[in-house]
Amino acid sequence: MDKIGIYAVPFVISAIVLAGAVKRIDIFESFKEGAKEGISSLISVAPSLIGLVIGVNMLSASGFFELTADALSPFCHAVGIPPEVLPLGLIRPVSGSGATAILSSILENNGPDSLIGKTASVMAGSTETTFYAIAVYYGAAGIKKTRHTVPAALTADFCGIITACAVTRMIG
Amino acid sequence: MLLSYIWVLMIVGSVICSFITGRSAILAAAITEGADKSISLLFSMAGVMCLWTGIMKIADKSGISAGIAGILSPVLSKLMPDYAKDSSALKAVSANITANMLGLGNAATPLGIKAMKEMQKHNRLGDKPNNSMIMFVVINTASVQIIPASTAALRKAAGSTDPYSILPLVWISSALALLAGIIVTAALNRNGGVQNG
Repeated sequence: MDKIGIYAVPFVISAIVLAGAVKRIDIFESFKEGAKEGISSLISVAPSLIGLVIGVNMLSASGFFELTADALSPFCHAVGIPPEVLPLGLIRPVSGSGATAILSSILENNGPDSLIGKTASVMAGSTETTFYAIAVYYGAAGIKKTRHTVPAALTADFCGIITACAVTRMIG
Repeated sequence: MLLSYIWVLMIVGSVICSFITGRSAILAAAITEGADKSISLLFSMAGVMCLWTGIMKIADKSGISAGIAGILSPVLSKLMPDYAKDSSALKAVSANITANMLGLGNAATPLGIKAMKEMQKHNRLGDKPNNSMIMFVVINTASVQIIPASTAALRKAAGSTDPYSILPLVWISSALALLAGIIVTAALNRNGGVQNG
């Protein structure tokens, strides 16, 4: 299963570059344009990422994650979530930069290729900043009441957390 | 505003925690260390992030996103029956979902806003979202990303021997989560539909 990643990345990149060649677009100019957007989005998240990495680093140094993991481990084991990755699941719907900061701390403390590190990576890759999306999209369209959007979207996020843990445990 | 509360909780919580665990000295060092770490994190992520935003821009301009959007469109029209005949809304929705799949973050948000505005034009519930709009939000937030670039970048930054080894797991997990989200939303829509007419 691990090998798929090794083949997928070069395949995706060469397929896309070839598609660009077939369509006769200016490939390198497009790459530069996209890379520039990557730089500007990194710059735009930098201030919040700096603040949240400081906050998460403080929590991590204070022993907060160990204390909460101990306290929550009966619940986590009951639903099949490693307690170490729970903070990521909690912050993911609220803040993208917060999730980046917490994922980075989990990977650093447990190792990126450990089961916990892989579970956290899969979780981060399969969920989104739900509240941000609801606020931005509904706000722009002038929708004020949300009906059952929040319960539906949060249930979907919760399913994402559970599937990330289960899939990684079974075939990771 | 919510982040302000979270930040205060993080800072005050860690100080209180450090009293319990007796790690005040470590905490004091961690504040400066965190500031330092955030910048090295940004630097070590930057290359991988820009690689993928660049590659996906080529995909976008080569018509790959238009192709994927064309495949998704009939499926999405089934999931959002209020807009099955509204081609401009459906087109914007498909373009947004495709941009999310390809990780074109900068393009995805304006496309999502456009999609929601198009949907709002024919929304009989006024300032409340109709069932199709709720389905759109859920599909959007449970989105399947083909290459989770920022996660791969963070894994590389943490010294992973193979940052992309998680790809098949991410695909399976996010597809299952999307399916679960669609089922839950369809069930809630059915109940809510009765209440809200």
